[in-house]
Amino acid sequence: MNLVTNNKWIGQRTIRPDGMDKVTGRAQFAADTTMPGQIWGKVLRSPHPHARIRGIDTSKAEKLPGVKAVVTSKDIVDFPIEKGAVMLGIQDMRWMCRNVMARDKALFPGHPVAAVAATTEAIAAEACKLIEVDYEVLPWSIEIDDAIKPDAPILHEFNKFDGKPSNIAGRLEHKKGDIAEGFKKADIVIERTFTTRPVHQGYIEPHACLISVAPDGKTTIWSSSQGQFMVRAMTAYLTGIPQSDIRAIPAEIGGGFGGKTIVYLEPLATLLAKKSGRPVKMVMTREEVMRATGPTSGSKSTVKIGATKDGKIVAAHGTFYLQAGAFPGSPIRGAAGCSFTPYDIPNLLSEGFDVCSNRSKVAAYRAPGAPIGAYAVECVMDEVAERLKMDPLDFRLKNAAKEGTKAAHGPVFPRIGYIETVEAAKNSPHYAAPLGDGHGRPRGRGVASGFWFNAGGESSAQVNITEDGNVVVTTGHPDIGGSRAGIANICAELLGIDYRRVSVIIGDTQTVGFSNLTGGSRVLFASSMVVTQSTEKIIQTLRERAAKIWEIDPEAVKWENGAAHPVSPNAGQFEPLTLQELAEKAPAMGGPIGAGVQLNTQGADGGFGTHVCDVEVDVDLGIARVIRYTAVQDVGRAIHPGYVEGQLQGGVAQGIGWALNEEYIYTREGKVDNPGFLDYRMPVCSDLPMIDCIMVEIPNPKHPQGVKGVGEVPLVPVMAAVANAIYNALGKRFYALPMSPPKVLEVLEAPTREAAE
Amino acid sequence: MAKVHVTTTINGEPMEFLCEPSDTMLDALRGPLALTGSKEGCASGDCGACSITVDDRLVCSCLMLAVESQDHEIRTIEGLANGEHLHPLQQKFLEMAALQCGICTSGMLVASDALLRKNPDPSEEEVRFWLAGNLCRCTGYDKIVRAVMETAAEMRAQ
Ligand code: FES
Ligand code: FES
Repeated sequence: MNLVTNNKWIGQRTIRPDGMDKVTGRAQFAADTTMPGQIWGKVLRSPHPHARIRGIDTSKAEKLPGVKAVVTSKDIVDFPIEKGAVMLGIQDMRWMCRNVMARDKALFPGHPVAAVAATTEAIAAEACKLIEVDYEVLPWSIEIDDAIKPDAPILHEFNKFDGKPSNIAGRLEHKKGDIAEGFKKADIVIERTFTTRPVHQGYIEPHACLISVAPDGKTTIWSSSQGQFMVRAMTAYLTGIPQSDIRAIPAEIGGGFGGKTIVYLEPLATLLAKKSGRPVKMVMTREEVMRATGPTSGSKSTVKIGATKDGKIVAAHGTFYLQAGAFPGSPIRGAAGCSFTPYDIPNLLSEGFDVCSNRSKVAAYRAPGAPIGAYAVECVMDEVAERLKMDPLDFRLKNAAKEGTKAAHGPVFPRIGYIETVEAAKNSPHYAAPLGDGHGRPRGRGVASGFWFNAGGESSAQVNITEDGNVVVTTGHPDIGGSRAGIANICAELLGIDYRRVSVIIGDTQTVGFSNLTGGSRVLFASSMVVTQSTEKIIQTLRERAAKIWEIDPEAVKWENGAAHPVSPNAGQFEPLTLQELAEKAPAMGGPIGAGVQLNTQGADGGFGTHVCDVEVDVDLGIARVIRYTAVQDVGRAIHPGYVEGQLQGGVAQGIGWALNEEYIYTREGKVDNPGFLDYRMPVCSDLPMIDCIMVEIPNPKHPQGVKGVGEVPLVPVMAAVANAIYNALGKRFYALPMSPPKVLEVLEAPTREAAE
Repeated sequence: MAKVHVTTTINGEPMEFLCEPSDTMLDALRGPLALTGSKEGCASGDCGACSITVDDRLVCSCLMLAVESQDHEIRTIEGLANGEHLHPLQQKFLEMAALQCGICTSGMLVASDALLRKNPDPSEEEVRFWLAGNLCRCTGYDKIVRAVMETAAEMRAQ
């Protein structure tokens, strides 16, 4: 670890402000709190993938001793389909009100149909069993191919595609040049089709909340989410309580990765609390998490790339079908918009199709859609490079996007760091090292690149100087991976004080200005902007206070090393006034010192990464193991390198899981068959090697500290890097994820390459 | 539903509590005992977030009945630090950024402590296999493994 010896904090591995609470077990996550008089809520869920709800009889449940309230969709505000979209951020309340509780139809196994609050969890669960639901079971489809068949059972009759009722809920395209002309110029063209399975975000903390509603409607929500303001707004919309009456307090969050950007429990618990007059706690089981939240889409993609003999890509066409689950809204924008973006391709068509089917509504998962698209594109890139007999990194360099390149999704790139990531990968000790001997187990190396848009958006901060001269920063974004550490570093740096004197708090909805979700790799980018501007205002106040004491012009005072100084001897000879001294004098010199800033932050630059992966394959058992991994990323500026590396390493681990093992498996009855951590196999410690990181720092010119978002890019290239490495090891290519042992064996035993396709 | 009375020792202190016969140790810790440092990630023994030790043996508290703690020595994350003094593992986790969201951290620390008590000089592979029962979705395990190895080296040097 770097020893922090000077008074400069940006770029240092400081100890995070909330760290002590988390290593001692004191930190309060959503399920850790109770309130006096609290009762428990439980959800009754549909056992059917698709069923019309003809009636619900809750009378027996209501009579069970201990039951305090029952709610059904009748209690939730309806947003009728015909009246058009009611958008909250990227979510349409018409779908949200039907996702939290089924209305006329249950659309997936696990879809909530009623909720009960009772004095104990056991009684609530018992009461759920007493609710009688009259279902008319309907035919259903889960897989994309089934859902887009002409005679497929239709989930939403109102939805039309090509003039007919359809499960295709939307199409999006990005276009540049003319692909037909482009492909004519190509010497080689490769076209492949890939599939991926749905995978879950896999946060270790299940969804949980604790809610109390006073008789006058004043509501307090304590919950785990990626945005307390999102929780407040969605709960208000779905319950009819005004936002000003809801105080949403962000508990510590035990992982989210996009999966906690919408509500599941909060509106139900609020209504139960309102009806019963008692605080209601709801905690999902792991099985409920797996059946009814997240995951991200399964997909089917076709990618065609044409290149000339000298290695220039002249045309590309991508078609990405993504499962949306029960309601429209799969991340086609990420798949179609990100996957070709590392390259300068003159003729490009990238299309996304949003497909509804009878499984839980997908939720965002780390660079939503982008890893799915990149898997297909980066595998075809590998095949093209091989056919051209080019080093895959050289092939990427030859076609790399750079300053001035127009991306298909719109922007002309400013100075970006993509080329630097490829060069760093190429020059890395990893890429130079021999693969080593696998003692009979074939080894291989693969590379892949990835892009994510990154985001800015609304952010608010308040910075206050305490009476003893320390600092409290309040922002509105849940800290999901260490953002408080970055904020403390920046604030301490600007004020010139020790970072331990800065305490960083996540404010609740009623104490800090609106702040958008923790998501999109936006939090440190956005929050450091508002924290910087607030701190600059404070420094201005501090200079004015010193000027008043010294009776000189504020312009003649500078702020340095945590104290006010005269700018030069000409301004006068004064002893510096420290932050503490000025804080002590504050009551007499103009009052409390604090400043707040609210912004819709702009100027988030996209992020690029390039990964190198080595695998070793046990050909008898079909087990592919990642034995070495290097993630290179342009991180703009690493404010806290430890947590930036952590983002890279965590993203890579998730990608390795997605590549090799993770998938939703369905029964013949259309139910998820592996809804627990035993059978849904996320990587454990012994599955992985150390994960090396190379942080390229090309500062973002539009950000005061040069920050670019870092959280999402690390997942984008991983599945392709692993797939390319396995190809390199075996000489056989996989066109479907996950590359789990039975599938590896199947391909190894297939006589020809075609069979593997 | 008569509750059962249990007498046990938790983090060195004598404790008594009442529980249902079917309650798990994790239910008891997080409920009547108000020790919420142990987390529930799965309730099926697959994530390790609820790790405790029972007479120095590492156990998933979600897989143990609360009544089974009668007359045993239980240790939880709340007992790892000694007053104001953090355990060297806790200190190292902080210094080396071996936590991100922090939900797995209690279980990781309890499991790592149990490992170092048994084996003060584990290889990387031994650390990885020992901690294979503790899921972490955020860190990719790299920093956790390094923190455990480095703590072990420092503790041996003392
Ligand atoms: S909660 Fe006990 S192992 Fe997951
Ligand atoms: S730090 Fe989040 S699960 Fe480990």
